[in-house]
Amino acid sequence: MAQTLLDKVWEAHTVRTLPSGQTQLFIGLHLIHEVTTPQAFPMLKELALPVRMPDRTFATLDHIIPTTSHARPYADPLAEEMAAHLTRNTKDFGLPLFDVDSGRQGIVHVIGPELGLSQPGMTIACGDSHTATHGAVGAIAFGIGTSQVRDVLATQCLAMAKPRLRQVRVDGTLPAGVYAKDVILTIIRQLGVKGGVGHAYEYAGPVIDRMSMEERLTVCNMSIEGGARFGYVNPDHTTFEYLRGRPYAPSGAAFDRAVAWWTSMATDPAARFDDVARIDGSAIAPVVTWGINPGQSVPVDGRIPNPDSAPEDERATYREGLAFMGFEAGQPIAGTRIDVAFVGSCTNSRISDLRVAADVARRGKVAPGVRALVVPGSQAVAKMAEAEGLHEVFRAAGFEWRKAGCSMCLGMNDDKLRGREVCASSSNRNFIGRQGSPHGRTLLMSPAMVAAAAIAGAVSDVREMVR
Amino acid sequence: MSDGAARDQITGRGIPLPGNDIDTDRIIPARFLKAVTFEGLGEHAFEDARKQDAEHPFNQKVYEGGSVLVTGLNFGCGSSREHAPESLKRWGVRAIIGGSFAEIFFGNCVALGIPCLTASMDDVLWLQRAIGRDPGQPVVVDVKNRQVRCGDRTIAVEIGDGPHHQLVSGSWNATRVLLDAGSAIEETARRLPYTRGF
Repeated sequence: MAQTLLDKVWEAHTVRTLPSGQTQLFIGLHLIHEVTTPQAFPMLKELALPVRMPDRTFATLDHIIPTTSHARPYADPLAEEMAAHLTRNTKDFGLPLFDVDSGRQGIVHVIGPELGLSQPGMTIACGDSHTATHGAVGAIAFGIGTSQVRDVLATQCLAMAKPRLRQVRVDGTLPAGVYAKDVILTIIRQLGVKGGVGHAYEYAGPVIDRMSMEERLTVCNMSIEGGARFGYVNPDHTTFEYLRGRPYAPSGAAFDRAVAWWTSMATDPAARFDDVARIDGSAIAPVVTWGINPGQSVPVDGRIPNPDSAPEDERATYREGLAFMGFEAGQPIAGTRIDVAFVGSCTNSRISDLRVAADVARRGKVAPGVRALVVPGSQAVAKMAEAEGLHEVFRAAGFEWRKAGCSMCLGMNDDKLRGREVCASSSNRNFIGRQGSPHGRTLLMSPAMVAAAAIAGAVSDVREMVR
Repeated sequence: MSDGAARDQITGRGIPLPGNDIDTDRIIPARFLKAVTFEGLGEHAFEDARKQDAEHPFNQKVYEGGSVLVTGLNFGCGSSREHAPESLKRWGVRAIIGGSFAEIFFGNCVALGIPCLTASMDDVLWLQRAIGRDPGQPVVVDVKNRQVRCGDRTIAVEIGDGPHHQLVSGSWNATRVLLDAGSAIEETARRLPYTRGF
């Protein structure tokens, strides 16, 4: 019988059916960081249990790490304490840590694929909701909480219910100036922020097929913003060529055997989905959010909608969004003044994102009064960007060039909005208070659009700059 | 560490929390995640939302000591931070009734023994009004029979069979159950070509 990738991966990783009816699912790769694990290790100690498979967990520092300097001890004693705990816990339990001196440190969802740790056909878990990012390589990857981190450390397994599967097909051809970020923001607007609850999303169709691996990573990254805990793209030639030669990917004859297995794990042509959603890629324009969740967005040439035009159960949130942002229904989003521009985060901090942003940055200078920062996703991305001279392009235009970390996506280090500042951001969440100021306001958009906004000092249509 | 006690019925006063899409950044802002334990998180639940709204239910004396949170659609969307249910638990929340729940938040609540039960929005709004009219009355959350009673009315609530079994049987702390698989875990691993280097 024809099967989907989800069916095949689930079946291959099933240890047994639990008394609750859930699946005991084997986890092939466990990624950890400093924020959601310090409580899990003491739980393990209390149970007097070792890490069951220490070669299947990898750690990095990303959420709290300062981006001005990585030197220890950090100025913030709480951040330093968290880093010290991760260092000690990984040492005590014999787990590899990609610390700054390894040259491999970075945002967990950037380094997994970059190092070739994340591979097709795997199950991947991490104490972070953006773990579906790794689904871009053809894995079933999902975010977990701290108790489940404990479960994976102790048993290399999780108790899980298999999700339903929706295929999200993106047809047509993306116009110039429209990027993977615009595709996923459009999907979220059309299917809703809760549309994916209980589902995995299989992204498919000609637009996804033509995407580079980094673009696919951006799309899968924001599955959770659409309510879907899982999102993936079937492995193909693009996937295999991306993985070839990466440090943890198989090499030589093993690589060829791996490609055969990876290919066999892809969804069969005749496989059935619980449902299929279709998006017209040719009709997508650059997207900007205007509200307080990632579904509240408009095309850059659009106007902020009237709450009365929204579905009934969203009207209250629309009104709340308008009130918090200080916007009026009917107002064009283009021309909205910004105070801060942020290029970074697990959504958009890879080398291709920085190249696109740099191309825009070459066309002007950051507007007076705008703080603009570029935070590469990993040390490896930073090194590549510096080899290409992108850091000089950014600096010459008035952007700050920072060190790798999560930074202003969630403001757990010093990179925060102040007061009611408006930030053009390439990150993934525009929730109230998300970027470190309880009153700060976030406009989500692609890295190219962030760079364009930085230069104009206001939301502007990047298509007019790259035309 | 959790005690694994059965969560078949929870009785307490209610806290009505209106609104949809209440995300985990709002439940517990990220600056409070800068800690190596969950201690003290209870007092920071909804901290910024409470500062911005004097009428926030968590600011109202009448709801102090409430343990059954009643909220709208997609509660707990966003980050996987278990700090969110931990802060609610430490505030005193023992059960949550909602229009719907974000998935990771729901799973984190199960792992802490906090049942999240889904009701129709009509019933959610009725329950919120009923609690508002008489905050002192008990709300009986009958997890086992998938019912919630308040005053003279009983509403039906839903929860998936898996988590229902975990909560009612007291097996919501999954570690021990998963360990019971024994060497089947290693056998599953050995069947996967990537664990053998292909």
